[in-house]
Amino acid sequence: MNPARGSLLGIEHLEAAEIVRLLQFARRMNPDKPRPLLKGKRVLLLFYESSTRTRSSFEIAAKSLGAHTVLIQAIGSSIEKGESLLDTGYTVRSVGADIIVIRHPNAGAPHVMAEHIDVPVINAGDGLHEHPSQALLDAYTILRNKKTFKGLQVAIVGDIFHSRVARSACHLLSKFGVKIILCGPPELVPDIAITLAPGIRGTRHMEDALRGTDVVMLLRVQKERLAGLRIDLPEYIARYQMNTARLKLAKKDAIVMHPGPIIRGLELTSEVADGPQARILEEVHNGVPTRMAILARAMGKMR
Amino acid sequence: MTEKKRASLANSSLLIKGGHLIDPAARVDAPMDVLLKNGRVAEVAAPNKIRGRADQKLDARGLIVAPGFIDLHVHLREPGQTHKETIPTGTAAAAAGGFTSVCTMPNTIPVVDSVEWIEWLREPERGAMVNVFAIAAATQASQGTALTDFRALQGAGAIAVTDDGKPILEDAIMRRALVLGGELSLPVVQHAEDTRMTENCSMHAGAQSFRLGLRGMNAAAEASIVERDVLLAMQIPHARLHVAHLSTADALKSVRRGKRAKARVSCEVTPHHFTLTDEDMRDYDSNYKMNPPLRAASDREALLDALGDGTVEAIATDHAPHAAHEKEMEFERAAFGITGLETALALAITRLHREKRIPLMRIVELFTAGPARCFDFRGRGSLVRGSFADVTVFDAKKQWTFDAAQSRSKSKNTPFDGWKLTGKVVATIVGGSLVYSG
Repeated sequence: MNPARGSLLGIEHLEAAEIVRLLQFARRMNPDKPRPLLKGKRVLLLFYESSTRTRSSFEIAAKSLGAHTVLIQAIGSSIEKGESLLDTGYTVRSVGADIIVIRHPNAGAPHVMAEHIDVPVINAGDGLHEHPSQALLDAYTILRNKKTFKGLQVAIVGDIFHSRVARSACHLLSKFGVKIILCGPPELVPDIAITLAPGIRGTRHMEDALRGTDVVMLLRVQKERLAGLRIDLPEYIARYQMNTARLKLAKKDAIVMHPGPIIRGLELTSEVADGPQARILEEVHNGVPTRMAILARAMGKMR
Repeated sequence: MTEKKRASLANSSLLIKGGHLIDPAARVDAPMDVLLKNGRVAEVAAPNKIRGRADQKLDARGLIVAPGFIDLHVHLREPGQTHKETIPTGTAAAAAGGFTSVCTMPNTIPVVDSVEWIEWLREPERGAMVNVFAIAAATQASQGTALTDFRALQGAGAIAVTDDGKPILEDAIMRRALVLGGELSLPVVQHAEDTRMTENCSMHAGAQSFRLGLRGMNAAAEASIVERDVLLAMQIPHARLHVAHLSTADALKSVRRGKRAKARVSCEVTPHHFTLTDEDMRDYDSNYKMNPPLRAASDREALLDALGDGTVEAIATDHAPHAAHEKEMEFERAAFGITGLETALALAITRLHREKRIPLMRIVELFTAGPARCFDFRGRGSLVRGSFADVTVFDAKKQWTFDAAQSRSKSKNTPFDGWKLTGKVVATIVGGSLVYSG
């Protein structure tokens, strides 16, 4: 079965025109001025993994559109008792879900769900694979600050290998011709990473990544996903931590982004996190209108 | 079919008439008639030159007549996992695929590591439709720590030993297995995977695995084990190493090196590895998930060359049935393995013969004389007079569409559902009796 219309499983297979439409619609969304586009609809939030930002902003987005939300977490539900992914899907479908928003530790879990269940499925992050709503809100944030993608250079620094945020960002930015530079040690930025999409290059040196860069996207070192991979943290900090001195290498008006949660003192210093170029909290703020657009699209209400 | 009925058929005679015989072991590639009598090949002669009489005739005009196919690598799932497959369903699928003999793997529940289980597998009550040969576990419970009793297992009928599903990882254990196996002329079948490198991995490591966010198995995880095993086999007198489901170009280099050094090293390749690559996988479709995984295009090319030039002895299916609920789930959690018995010949003809121009003689060898040599099948793999009356008759030109729903296997986990293929089994004869006609 093909995924239901309105599903958002990833950025990779989304057309640029559709992304533009989503971002334009997001600009018209404002949680302080609720619009009942999804009045009476039921949004099931199926979270198999912990989340603060994504979960709360999807919930606020759904409620701002007049929908009901139900949160199901792995702990405290039948998932804990061994119910399979699809059985949980069939169950929430029968309960009357109109949209399923799913966060899952396994890559492709939303795809399996969408292949079997005739309800729009929205990927809120699947394993190492994609995090499309994050990429969209980041694009929204970039456009708010830089007006256009044209001629932009974006450096993504850190743990690319374990990052679904990085994969989605690369797909999205590549579709708009942005120059993408991936920067980090070989264990976290394997050579194969540049094959993800056109227009990506890799480097091991921050100086190289930052020179002429308009946007710096930092990533958290995901200790929980390293699975035996040993990273020398002091060495990582010495080579890749974003500090005030390094930030000066980028363009004067460069902005610093991070999908969160941030670990101060590891991938960035407090000075950078709290500094004038940081847009980290703006990203969180932009998550709500972006996700309002995603939910409206899921119900065919993005008009 | 009841045992009685089969026995009566076996005592009868069957003339296969008008076909084109390909018997690589006997170097025959010509129109020939074949007379089967009392479970054996009674006569092979030019058309209309058979002297003996026959009760029954099989019209093989326009068809290829070959020795019964031998599959060195099948998971029949008994004992213990009859929800996936049973000996009757698995061997019915084998018969439909033209296989008259299959070797069943010991990674069952419990593991087949004792004489009792080998004997149990060989009892007529199991209801096998084709010959079933048991491969015993190489280590107790396939835990990789203590070898099983090779001599006793061989005495009970085990044809080889393996810990398939897992590697024999410890150097000392593998060395000891090759020494003991060498003394008994018992092949040690290695599932070559350095599992220290493949933890949590669900496909081949490459651009595709990176894109899908799936942890990838490095080709080196296979090649390094094959390299070690070949080096050991070169050092140990009479050692017999058989590399199961070989999938990488680098592993082939080691196998070639061993063969050049005259070590007794053999290997098998599956139809899915010579047909598909990691790029062919539909996103998160677990019918493309198996171990070893679908590899890079360069690996597939190397396998095609090795199948053509004789480096590879056998095509083996690694038929690995799983119930739908064990497959339709998160890709990383889904079971490894696909079914393969009913599509093997057609994939070989479609990919190896029609596309790669490998002669039918060589393809038949990969299903018959080649595998027979690997595990010393006596009286099988050829149709010379006196051989067992195991015959596969197929139409090398017939085009058909594989429908997994019609599979005789209990499970339908295959990536080849709906594929248009060329080459179809028409009749499968085991011990002189027809067990499949299509």
